[in-house]
Amino acid sequence: MSSTTDTLGLASPRSPRSTPTGGVNWEKWGWIYMRASGVILVVLIFGHLFVNLMLGDGIKGIDFAFVGGKYAAPFWQIWDTAMLWLALIHGANGMRTLVNDYATHVVTQRVLKGALLFSVITLLTLGTLVIYTFDPCPAGAPANLLASFCPVV
Amino acid sequence: MSKTETGSHAPGALSPTSKRPAGTLYRGNEGMWSWVLHRITGIAIFFFLLVHILDTALIRVSPEAYNAVMSSYKNPIMGLGETALVGAIAFHAFNGLRIILVDFWTKGPKYQKVMFYVVIGLWVVTMLGFAPRHLINVFSEVGN
Repeated sequence: MSSTTDTLGLASPRSPRSTPTGGVNWEKWGWIYMRASGVILVVLIFGHLFVNLMLGDGIKGIDFAFVGGKYAAPFWQIWDTAMLWLALIHGANGMRTLVNDYATHVVTQRVLKGALLFSVITLLTLGTLVIYTFDPCPAGAPANLLASFCPVV
Repeated sequence: MSKTETGSHAPGALSPTSKRPAGTLYRGNEGMWSWVLHRITGIAIFFFLLVHILDTALIRVSPEAYNAVMSSYKNPIMGLGETALVGAIAFHAFNGLRIILVDFWTKGPKYQKVMFYVVIGLWVVTMLGFAPRHLINVFSEVGN
């Protein structure tokens, strides 16, 4: 091997990797994020599924009053907020990997990544607002649809 | 890998004693299928997550709106879909932990195949625990 690059300008095998000087290695942090968030999500999502689908009446018991009862406790607000942020960013970053792998056109890549970023920002904002501005006992709602702790008007 | 394959050959030279065609160490085996399943389950979970955030956001609209959407999650066809979704989540979770072990545990790459079958085993146990419970819940609603 006489030169480090061939006529196509491609580096020959085993030539030193050219690293961009300075700056944050975002791909490395993305790689670490997928693993760190993944471990936490296993606990959060298995807990979520167990409490909502295995305990009590399972899916039959899920209605407005059930969610109202859960979000009356800060514990579940924090649980769901962590799940929302960790899962959505984990999922969107995974989808970004798929776009990198399968979308061959630069414009297609940009459009898809733009759509991912838009969905993430919109849904993180919406979800977080819903968790912290939610009223389990809305005025005027039929009492039979609300949690038992709601004052009867 | 046997000694003859890693032995004193020139770099890049194929082992003359190897009966296996080149390129099948990864392709078509457990490593590839776990990767394929990880991608497919990941895509499915991502799109469900988008919908799930939106349907849960209906608690901010009205009890009636949220309950109306939740009732659609309780019909048998959706119940089968939810069972498939939990199956996807369980595989993605266990295989994700396997990937972490392959990356960080010194013996991870050596045991990646064994760990794939451990993942399948844990998945079967999880689904045996979940599927009957959930399907009974869903199908006992039929006719009510």
